[in-house]
Amino acid sequence: MELSPKAEEAQPKIGWSERRHITPWLFVAPCIIIILLVTIFPTIYSLGLSFTKWEIALKEKPFIGLGNYIQLFQDSRFLHSILTTALLVVIGVGMELALGFSLALMLTGEMKGKRIIVAALLLPVMVMPVVVGYTWRLLWDAQYGPINQIIGWIIGRPFTYTWLAKTSTAIFAILVTEIWQWTPFMFLVFLSGLATLDPEIFEAADIDGASGWDKFWSLTVPLMRPIIIVALLIRGLDALKFFDIIFTLSGGGPGNSTETISFYIYQTGYQFFRLGYGAAASFVLLIALVIILTYLLKLFRATVE
Amino acid sequence: MSLRTRKVVFRVLRYVVAVIALVFFLFPILWITLTAFKTGDEFLHSPPVWIPQSPTLRSFAHVIETGGLKTLKNSLIISTSATALSLIVGSLAGYGLARYKVGGDNLPFFVLSQRFMPPVAVIFPFLLVFKTLKWMDTHQALIIIYLTFNLPYAVWMMRGFFMEIPVEIEESALVDGCSPFGAFWRVALPLVTPGLVATGVFCFIFSWSEFFFAVTLTRTTATTLSVQLANFFGKMMTMWGEVGAMSVMAMLPLFLMSFIVQRYLVRGLTLGAVK
Repeated sequence: MELSPKAEEAQPKIGWSERRHITPWLFVAPCIIIILLVTIFPTIYSLGLSFTKWEIALKEKPFIGLGNYIQLFQDSRFLHSILTTALLVVIGVGMELALGFSLALMLTGEMKGKRIIVAALLLPVMVMPVVVGYTWRLLWDAQYGPINQIIGWIIGRPFTYTWLAKTSTAIFAILVTEIWQWTPFMFLVFLSGLATLDPEIFEAADIDGASGWDKFWSLTVPLMRPIIIVALLIRGLDALKFFDIIFTLSGGGPGNSTETISFYIYQTGYQFFRLGYGAAASFVLLIALVIILTYLLKLFRATVE
Repeated sequence: MSLRTRKVVFRVLRYVVAVIALVFFLFPILWITLTAFKTGDEFLHSPPVWIPQSPTLRSFAHVIETGGLKTLKNSLIISTSATALSLIVGSLAGYGLARYKVGGDNLPFFVLSQRFMPPVAVIFPFLLVFKTLKWMDTHQALIIIYLTFNLPYAVWMMRGFFMEIPVEIEESALVDGCSPFGAFWRVALPLVTPGLVATGVFCFIFSWSEFFFAVTLTRTTATTLSVQLANFFGKMMTMWGEVGAMSVMAMLPLFLMSFIVQRYLVRGLTLGAVK
């Protein structure tokens, strides 16, 4: 096995002679075998499927080359699902970042009862997404939900708007739900990030007469950059796979207007049994994920080094 | 405004912000929990009744009558098995990567990249394979999938924990004739027990909450809590009491666990990137 000089230096020589043999690989082997069997081979198989016109009722899987892919980019429903997913990722994760960061800035430092406040704020992250979806479906409910009731109190007359029956407000409801669940994650990550910053740098800036705004943009943000990228990486890639909340909160409706890519692929397989087509769509998603992952990882490595 | 008054204003302001945030983030959890104890007249009342007037356990009873305990058991079996296997395979690989630098710099990142694999990309092959193996609607199908999807996470977390303990103790064990596996099992692993527990809790949370694979690969016998919850909603429209009761059953174990690993939450949620 080849060792980079860096790794050689990092580990003292005595007692690790085994590393030149097969033993080190035995530690890693079970993990690699499982990943190969359960994700890599199926992915390759799925790529193969995506070039066929295979539907569950058919015995044969006729090869149609790029046919599915060409059809996908003329499929307005698929294109719309890309748009919806992008909207949820960009606005949803963006809002989570902004709100989480603001909240962390407000609550950083010494504070009475902070441990309990932070522990309580974090509960939404721990709730099963299916529960989140149904809970908010009830909250948004026109008749039985408290949101309309509270709006009714404010405007002084009964309010019975059906939030999930109109595309724009359904998207809004999904966004609020997503932001509700994941802002606490951003908050916690930034709160612990802020706690690691050296207060002396800020004191020096105070002496130089820097304003709070200056300090935020020229000190806090650059220092927090690696943490911001990690948080964006984790949340952004997870939001690209957005499925559970759509399934439970809007069911993709009204019509198909709130379908995400994952939800649409699920539908092609389960409602229309078009597995080849669904496989092609899932590859488009996979490629998007890989591009974003590579870009953000590069950004992250550059910031850290 | 003097500096003093500004400080006082800020101190008050941050508590105001904290209270607003607490209300927003806790209200939905409180609402679904209260719903679980409402009577049918209350959860189907417009405008909604906030506090149950005569709290009842009927929704819980109905959830149990309709197979709720079986799905709870399924969820427990699947999540526990997947967690145990993830910890075994994950700590072995994490140790290999931390101590022997197996595969250089690229292997850890290859493993990590699997964390972001979209489930829809592999679902169709899974359907075909599990149909052939007659594994549809079984525990083992979900256990293997959850194990695989937990692995990148478990490997990275355990790798981080192993890198933090000093190598000297293992070295002297190796010099004394201990096998590499013995150094891992008897020396290194006991030193990272808290990390192992934290990693396990997060694997459990993921497996317990998973929905996509559970809803596509189970029908009746291996259904998990999350799928049963969706069934409830579909079959009995607006039986919000039952939905509430199942939600409480689903949330409570995870809340308790999150308190156990409070110290490792940030690290756990960021795959060890932020400590």
